[in-house]
Amino acid sequence: MSAVSREMAAGLPPLVASYRPLDGIPDEMIGPDGSIRAPWLPLLAHLSTLSPAEIAARFGRGDQYLRDAGVYYRHYGKGDVASRDWPLSHVPVILAESEWQALAGGLVQRAELLEAVMADIYGENRLLESGDLPGTLLAANPHWLRPLVGVKPASGHFLHFIAMDLGRGEDGRWWVLGDRTEAPSGAGFALETRVATSRVFAEIYRQSNVHRLAGFFGAFRDMLDRMRAPGTGSVGLLTSGLFNETYYEQAYIARYLGLSLLEGEDLIVEGEELKVRTIDGPQPISVLWRRLESAWCDPLELDERSRLGTPGLLDAIRAGRVTMANALGAGALETQAFLAFLPRLCERLRGESLAIPNVATWWCGQEAEYHYVRENRHKLVISRANANRLPIELDPQGSTVPEAMTLESWLDEERHALVGQEAVRLSTTPAWKDGVLAPRPMTLRVFLARTPDGWQVMPGGFARVGQTLEPGSIAMRHGSNVADVWIVGERPVPEPSLLRKDGAAFMRKQPGTLPARAADNLFWLGRYVERTEGMLRLLRAYHGRLAESADTEAPLLQQVAGLLETYGMDLAQPLPAEVLSSIQSAVTSAGKIRDRFSLDGWSALVDLASSAEQIGKQVQPGDDAARAISVLIRKLTGFSGLVHENMYRAMGWRFLTIGQAIERAIGMADWLAAMIPADAPDGALDLMIEVGDSVMTHRRRYAMAVPESVCDLMVLDSLNPRSILFELERMQAHIDLLPGSRRENRLSPLGQALLKLRADVATMPAEAITPEWLLDLKWRIAGLSDALTDTYFA
Amino acid sequence: MQYEITLRLGYAYAHPAAQARHLLRLQPRTVHGMQRLVAARLDVEPSNPERMVRTDFFGNIVHSLHFHEDHAEIDLRLLAYVERHSALPVLDVAPSIDRMRLELAGLNDLGPNSPLHFLGPSPRISDLTPFRDFAMAALRPGMSPVEAMRAIGAALSAQMTFDDEATDVDTPPLAAFEAGRGVCQDYSQIMIASLRAVGIPAGYVSGFLRTLPPPGEERLPGADAMHAWVRVWCGNGIGWLEYDPTNAMAVADDHILVGYGRDYADVAPIRGVSRTAGGQTGHHTVDVIPVG
Repeated sequence: MSAVSREMAAGLPPLVASYRPLDGIPDEMIGPDGSIRAPWLPLLAHLSTLSPAEIAARFGRGDQYLRDAGVYYRHYGKGDVASRDWPLSHVPVILAESEWQALAGGLVQRAELLEAVMADIYGENRLLESGDLPGTLLAANPHWLRPLVGVKPASGHFLHFIAMDLGRGEDGRWWVLGDRTEAPSGAGFALETRVATSRVFAEIYRQSNVHRLAGFFGAFRDMLDRMRAPGTGSVGLLTSGLFNETYYEQAYIARYLGLSLLEGEDLIVEGEELKVRTIDGPQPISVLWRRLESAWCDPLELDERSRLGTPGLLDAIRAGRVTMANALGAGALETQAFLAFLPRLCERLRGESLAIPNVATWWCGQEAEYHYVRENRHKLVISRANANRLPIELDPQGSTVPEAMTLESWLDEERHALVGQEAVRLSTTPAWKDGVLAPRPMTLRVFLARTPDGWQVMPGGFARVGQTLEPGSIAMRHGSNVADVWIVGERPVPEPSLLRKDGAAFMRKQPGTLPARAADNLFWLGRYVERTEGMLRLLRAYHGRLAESADTEAPLLQQVAGLLETYGMDLAQPLPAEVLSSIQSAVTSAGKIRDRFSLDGWSALVDLASSAEQIGKQVQPGDDAARAISVLIRKLTGFSGLVHENMYRAMGWRFLTIGQAIERAIGMADWLAAMIPADAPDGALDLMIEVGDSVMTHRRRYAMAVPESVCDLMVLDSLNPRSILFELERMQAHIDLLPGSRRENRLSPLGQALLKLRADVATMPAEAITPEWLLDLKWRIAGLSDALTDTYFA
Repeated sequence: MQYEITLRLGYAYAHPAAQARHLLRLQPRTVHGMQRLVAARLDVEPSNPERMVRTDFFGNIVHSLHFHEDHAEIDLRLLAYVERHSALPVLDVAPSIDRMRLELAGLNDLGPNSPLHFLGPSPRISDLTPFRDFAMAALRPGMSPVEAMRAIGAALSAQMTFDDEATDVDTPPLAAFEAGRGVCQDYSQIMIASLRAVGIPAGYVSGFLRTLPPPGEERLPGADAMHAWVRVWCGNGIGWLEYDPTNAMAVADDHILVGYGRDYADVAPIRGVSRTAGGQTGHHTVDVIPVG
């Protein structure tokens, strides 16, 4: 048994002294001779100065960061979807720069090999002719997409950003466990894990010569920019959408790199040109970093069931008008079976052997290999040749034999569809368990990007660390944790950042044109937020009155209840479900445009949703509810404030503001129509002034509340930010600045409708305002929403 | 035999559609030794779409249409002249099925005609297992693929009833098989699944069939329809043979080929996406007239 050498252990706390790597299994912290590896010493020395409480507080800092940033992992179980906190393993994996550089050379070799194989299977098929790759295997590969055969990538390259999963085997060497060529996820998680870990170990991180990640992303971003065709707009990130388990990460990395976050629906192919549907009409785009699986990208030529894709995308790709990073069909290389052939393909295509071996794999479609696997079936892991997940992720126990079959009958009947793989014993790395460090198995996910200077390896990545000593526990679905990976140099490392001067290419001159779908979501976010506020104000007034009289049959309460019911609210609950669903709609709209949102704005909204849910469960009618609702109103106005204070004054902000203004004007017209009739219950006008947040102003300006005074203040007073006229003027200011608002000096139909509406309101005498007029006004304002939708979001 | 083929195909939308994009696989192709496309034209209403023509992976002719403007309906009219050569009687010199499997294993070509594409699951024929017992029951030891094709075709005729209301274009083959009812698309996909389930490469063929009116009756205009059948790989010597399971017959010179694919998804006559709310109704008529 290896153990920490006595001399080292003497000066270290029990958390390391009791650390025992497993017999015969390499450990990242403890070298083969039992001594602590040098790059770990500063971190351990630092940890040893901290009390358990201090350590807990630091770990908490990292967790808090991730929670605030909204980093989560979405887990798909049988029939349910649950989000859980990002499972940060606070102790990073630390590797020496010298070891990393040797590794990186091998990874680049592998990336070049994968590119060459990709070019062959979508090109001349020489590897088939020479017999190095079996035809039956490729033909059965579901990710080998026939419509892409013979299509040359516009940039000259198929692969631009790939990932690999690595493990360190018993012999201490690194092994490739799997290649991720389709649309690898995790680069954004690596960044967030880095930020969280650097907060946990803030002092030591800065002193430790840890290689930074920003330079890698900068170079990749530079490459994406360079591949753009002249006259085309910014680079897009093609997302798999809100419901994908890594959507959060996609939005994060898009924002970090300044890419437009686009869904298939945002794109349109005109002739052979790919364009983004924006509020200013379709705008050409020529480079997409693709996070959507190939098969879903074009329902016309690929999977016909796809509702995520862009019809005609393949026409644009065939015409060489768009560069996909990575090329469609790159998933073919991810299948397990390729691992059986890559060693030989490397010899064949590059005349050299693989610098980093991959896990030994045998395809059972070959005679000798089949017999070998059959004989060693209990030692090997048997899995599907065309599966693209690591066997270790699929089943911790080893082979998953289909029901009603034995391992033997499976191998005999489906041999062409199966591979056998050597079971890998993974190295261990320290994880924090019950107040001490304990060894846990781990794999490494590394990322490679093609840059103007060729392939670069991200100096870091993330490690998946098992919860238990079982190798299968490294699968995220089985509850593994994620640790940062520090590559530590002997000399200080440069500190690049995307925000700094080292990449002139990142200096964005103009914000890109707003995609129509983003505008749509911003508009509805504005509407939902405002609608929620209206509901809450009415509800608070209701509960406030209820606290005074407790008689739900009182005419005034009945009147408000009637209004609340028009929002679909059921007053049996103090905080009706309708309020929660309105907040949820706002969260959903905001979620679809997370790349355009500040972290604070998002956090405020999520906080509002969770507060509302909490309050909804425990609040009592009457005073209790009124107070709780006041808290929600403050949080909501906090969100609005953040948005208006911090959001860049681009088109997106205008749509959000127009949404708020329309919703507020509609609500005001509706409420007034119910509250100003002569037969309205006593107190209706006072209540109206209260929900309109105009108590002070009204008291100052008018002797008493009569319908005329209330209408004057809440409809016609263009200085009152709650009045309808004020909202119409606000809308006009923004609509005038939208694209296409004037053509040959004439207002757009939307602008004309708004101008007429505004004139009608401005010239209306307060005493002539009737409930009927208000209801008609409400419908005319709602009509503006439709006109806006037709003009900009269709 | 030369044919004049007229196909009319159209859709009417409940609400005008915008930004519609369609792929058409309607135009007969030339296949050496089998048929020759003499001439064809495709007229489209509205008449201003962007149009492109190309061939797909399997060598089929694909027209793509892109309508920018709003439109309440589209109408397509294809006129094609095709020279169909008479099929020669087949001498069954095919090896046994086992021997054919060995030939397959030795193939390393993935060109459009390679049988390797047609061995495993495909988009619309995703699971072969449920068809295995049915196919096995039709086979006898030592059969050649040609005999297997006829035997499975005959078994299918016995099992299925033609019914043009029981299924639609999206019915999975297993559902049609279990119901025992369907049309040419169902017959073909079930037969393909059954052949593949026992290791015989089988593909989907779309095309036109010239139909003869009942004796003593006039031929009704537009009475013909697009049709589908099956092709089966019978070893290196014979190559591909075509079989029409709906009519339980070998394909002869009344069948005019449009496209080859793994299943319906590869050769759907029209595949389209448009932005429209509400439903659509379609119509489709075909005339196959011998012209000497």
